[in-house]
Amino acid sequence: MKFLGYITAHLWRHKRRSFLTVFSIAVALFLFATLRTVMTSFDSALRASADTRLVVRHAASLVFPLPLAYRDRIRQVQGVTGVSYGNWFGGYYQDPKNQFAQFAVDVPTILDLFPEILLSPEEIAAFRAERNSCIIGQGLARKWGWKRGDTVPISGTIFPGDWRFVVRGIYKGKTTDIDENTLFFHWDYMNEALPAARQDYVGIYWVRTANRDEAASVSARIDALYENSPQPTKTETEKAFQASFISMMGNVSLLLTILGSAILFAIMLVTVNTMMMAARERTTEIAVLKTLGFTDGLVLRLVAAEAILVSVVGGVIGSGAAWLVFLRSDFTANGMFPSFRVIPETLAWGLLLAVAMGLLSGLVPAVQAARLRIAGALRRVA
Amino acid sequence: MAFIPLAYNVRNLAARRTSTSLTALGIAAVAWVFIFTLALAGGFEAALRTTGSAKNAIVIRNGASSELMSIVSREAADAVAAQPEVARAADGAPLEASELVVIWNLERKSGNTTNVIVRGVTPRSLALRENARLLAGRMFRPGVEEIVVGKMLSERFKHCGLNERIQLAGRVWTVVGILDADGSAYDSEIWGDVELFMPIFDRPVFQNVTLRLDDPSHFEALKKRIEADPRFSLQVRREDEFYAAQSGMMATLLRTLGLFVTLIMALGAVFGALNTMYASVSSRTKEIGTLLALGFSRGAVMLSILIESTILCVFGGLIGCLLALPVRSFTTGTMSFASFSELAFRFQVTPGMLLGGVLFAACMGLVGGFFPARRAARMPITEAVRQA
Amino acid sequence: MTAGGEGKQALILLRDVHKSYYRDKIEIPVLTGVSMTVGAGEFLALMGPSGSGKSTILNLIAGIDTPTRGAIDVAGSSLGTLKPAQLSAWRARNVGFIFQLYNLIPVLTAFQNVELPLLLTKLNGSERKKRVRLALELVGLQDRDHHYPHQLSGGQEQRVAIARAIVGDPTLLVADEPTGDLDAKNAAEVLTLLQRLNREMGKTIVMVTHDPHAAERADAVLHLDKGVLKEQEAARA
Repeated sequence: MKFLGYITAHLWRHKRRSFLTVFSIAVALFLFATLRTVMTSFDSALRASADTRLVVRHAASLVFPLPLAYRDRIRQVQGVTGVSYGNWFGGYYQDPKNQFAQFAVDVPTILDLFPEILLSPEEIAAFRAERNSCIIGQGLARKWGWKRGDTVPISGTIFPGDWRFVVRGIYKGKTTDIDENTLFFHWDYMNEALPAARQDYVGIYWVRTANRDEAASVSARIDALYENSPQPTKTETEKAFQASFISMMGNVSLLLTILGSAILFAIMLVTVNTMMMAARERTTEIAVLKTLGFTDGLVLRLVAAEAILVSVVGGVIGSGAAWLVFLRSDFTANGMFPSFRVIPETLAWGLLLAVAMGLLSGLVPAVQAARLRIAGALRRVA
Repeated sequence: MAFIPLAYNVRNLAARRTSTSLTALGIAAVAWVFIFTLALAGGFEAALRTTGSAKNAIVIRNGASSELMSIVSREAADAVAAQPEVARAADGAPLEASELVVIWNLERKSGNTTNVIVRGVTPRSLALRENARLLAGRMFRPGVEEIVVGKMLSERFKHCGLNERIQLAGRVWTVVGILDADGSAYDSEIWGDVELFMPIFDRPVFQNVTLRLDDPSHFEALKKRIEADPRFSLQVRREDEFYAAQSGMMATLLRTLGLFVTLIMALGAVFGALNTMYASVSSRTKEIGTLLALGFSRGAVMLSILIESTILCVFGGLIGCLLALPVRSFTTGTMSFASFSELAFRFQVTPGMLLGGVLFAACMGLVGGFFPARRAARMPITEAVRQA
Repeated sequence: MTAGGEGKQALILLRDVHKSYYRDKIEIPVLTGVSMTVGAGEFLALMGPSGSGKSTILNLIAGIDTPTRGAIDVAGSSLGTLKPAQLSAWRARNVGFIFQLYNLIPVLTAFQNVELPLLLTKLNGSERKKRVRLALELVGLQDRDHHYPHQLSGGQEQRVAIARAIVGDPTLLVADEPTGDLDAKNAAEVLTLLQRLNREMGKTIVMVTHDPHAAERADAVLHLDKGVLKEQEAARA
């Protein structure tokens, strides 16, 4: 610790260089945090899913609906303690670019199945009472400035037409993983407006089981009911359902890993270069330190510590900036990432990477400094 | 104005070999990422762009932005086929195909599942797609449980190799042919007999009618007549424009991500380049002072340093381009929002992208060299020359 | 030959020391058999033309270079037997080095520069502070402790360097052309300071110089030429 002054003195005296280096590392770590958050945001849906919740959909694909009549039979399946249902609405607000998630849901049962959606009792009562009402997440409310009582016009794509919903509640998620950028409205309201041929069809059923051990057996029982019907079902845990959704995005993680590695590599090279230049300028100084009795090991640690310090400061700034930016902004990439938040794990990884970058970039100059022969170095200058 | 010879800059860069190569490699990585992300978005776009042909028109339900949302009744399809603008095949029959599009969940070779497009086609569908041909095997026989699959799909999904059997909609189908559609979206599809598919997939209606125009200029006339027909609510689009429009959201997303990443990364790299050039200038104080003392103007000194940093970065950019060339052979698949199914595509590296990468690197060099160059040019001669 | 100060205990002992450098595998001999003794508390000046090997002797005595052949004993340690880390510790304890170009760390203040050697000891912050103040007072720069080297004159820089050399209270001071870059007035001040350190604090000083005025201040002068001590040559002849 007593050498801290020595280390910071250098960084302080070469303010411009230190600033540039710190910020190039900050940039790298900011990007790292961002790219990793893309991945963890996909996964937040996984973390948000309850173990006891099952999703029932058409066996062929999510785009095929199931008859509403399935509801009553599913409810009677042994082990089922609750059933709700809904349709992905797929509309947009004003412009097709403004996409976010909307669900037509069975209002009487939905909040019972999703206790993580937090509303005040007054809001719940108002939502239940009015057929054209909706509730929205607070992320949406912030983004579009919608308040309770506002009417939100949504243009349908899967269910064509112009739809209008009155906001009666703004919900919060119980944890940060819960999507706060969704609009829920009355399934009945939508159903009645549809042409007769499309009425009484449900996109997915949500089923609650008493405990998670029953998930598999209940799933099997439900699917067995409809195995030979024209609309067979596929029942899986909410987690598995979300996972299959993520896998549809293809090998995003590989692409992001490639990008992330290239970024870290580039900034790494740049940092190594800076550290080496800094050390080269200091050849005499290192020789003087050694003359004063600083051992090779100490010199090595000092040079490495400087690189690590720079790197860690950059890492803290970069990761911190990412955390702050995405906390403050309502970035959702058109609704693709309902909760785009830098999670603590990402921050920890960022810091670890910063230390690693510092170590690697300080390695060559540190070893060079440690190996420096005093007499030779002094002679070179004198 | 007397210019400082270029050889001076080149020699300076060569003298600081380690520093030069580290900086150049850093810039190379930025250029690489720049090209990589463009190639990704470009590949995705190209796959959809090359799917449609300018000679064809596609008829879908009015208001539908993708085939998935479209419904075309049999009567409507027949009416479209009877239009005079539809080209005729050699046998005199109209060159058109009414097709069914469903999406089905298939298991990838990697184990997880995703949606793919299953298209019910007619014997004329293949002739309508000029970029598609059979790579191996033969076409399916009508009325028989046989399918042909796109080559990318065949490579990526289980049970989709030639002569393999796969279960769809409760039936077992034999893969009798592999379709090569030149990297377009058809390479990620399964084709089978539409008349057989309709009952099996429980779909009484078509999703589109694709037709060859007897003359591309007749498109407007056809469009006007069909869209005005009060019996049907249809829209007519040029096939190439229709598919190109499907790439919209995903391509924008990829491009935005790429731009965001590249620009921020470039900022970091420019910081590094600034450091390198500052150090280079300060270690050359005496030299620069001498140049000034010899009578070279401050402008010439500034230009020389700027040129040097640009050479350095362009060199890096060229390395980046070189490293980006193999990216062409990458294929990947991602969800196409319009069809809600996987679209596999090959990364596309165009000369324009490479040029863009080099120009981008050159810009980094100019920015990274500007301040150090200004510093060099402003150096007081007397002090500079005296300095050790 | 034994440089003056018989009767006092020998602090430095060189026996038949050889040193060669290699440039492109060609051997360049610098010292060819130097033997000398310096007693404790002695102020010795080494003179000779450039390239004669005087700085090399200084480096060898200070333990920052190793001989090709021969033995060197300084302050009770046989330098050849010490491992690099031991040698570093030995230097920190026993030797204060004064350079021609001062070699202060440019980014550190005068105070921080003087404090550097103390960072290697177990002394705590306040003890270090006391010692640094004392050393700076001794060289007459107590009011310049927060100045950076570039804010000081050459003479002041060299006095800070001397404070840095003595702050750890070493037995031996080695000075390589300490006045080589100074004007006459500052040079005289620095030499007076060295003399005081020798007389009042009993520091043994070995100083390399080619300035006869500087050499005059020393108790004894040895002349080096082409890698051998002239006095030795004379003795052999």
